[in-house]
Amino acid sequence: METKRQYEVVFIVDPTADDEVSKLTENFTQIVTDQGGVVTKAETMGKRQLAYEILHHKDGTFVLLEIEGSGREIAELERRMRVNDRILRYITVRVDEDRRRAEKLKARRARKAAKRPSQGGGGHQRRGGAMEFADAAE
Amino acid sequence: MSTNYDDRPRGGYDSDDDGDRRPMGGRGGGRRMHRRRVCRFCIDKVDLIDFKDVRLLQNYLPERGKILPRRISGNCATHQRMLAEAIKRARNIALLPYTTD
Repeated sequence: METKRQYEVVFIVDPTADDEVSKLTENFTQIVTDQGGVVTKAETMGKRQLAYEILHHKDGTFVLLEIEGSGREIAELERRMRVNDRILRYITVRVDEDRRRAEKLKARRARKAAKRPSQGGGGHQRRGGAMEFADAAE
Repeated sequence: MSTNYDDRPRGGYDSDDDGDRRPMGGRGGGRRMHRRRVCRFCIDKVDLIDFKDVRLLQNYLPERGKILPRRISGNCATHQRMLAEAIKRARNIALLPYTTD
């Protein structure tokens, strides 16, 4: 069985349509579910000032969705967001690979720490960034 | 257009006490002051840089809005890459500016 992919989708909702945010989120969640995906987290990050104007809007409501699925639901979701003019902008980031990598590094660090318990503390700090990096890159 | 990073007021990326070594006097002759390069992310053991973490990313974005080069921040290549990627994503959804003027 193919492994599930994890995505983070952030979209910006038109601030003048603030009361629609929960409805839109629900709507999108439904779309994802229909396509066989799972929304693991839906969080409204609140109204924020935009770093630059988008369609003459200076601020917007940010919503974060974490989705698990095959990737097909993302295609559908993005299509819907594109045609919806309440959505000022969206971004989808695949996170499972990076997260797995982070886990691996963490595990490696834990293993290393267990192997050489005497090398902790001050000695570690003095070694500086370059050495740390060499450990992490392998 | 030239940006002198050394004249800029320092942001959060340099606030640690372990990085700077400024030899008082000594050899002059227009030589750059030696600054020990330390990757903050390595010290903090950061494996992932989140593009939604605006506070963190802003430390690496001087007034002009350009990504702070590695030679200034002292980041390691791995983390600079992650950071650059995160900043670009944040710019895309208007969490960070492309330019500031």
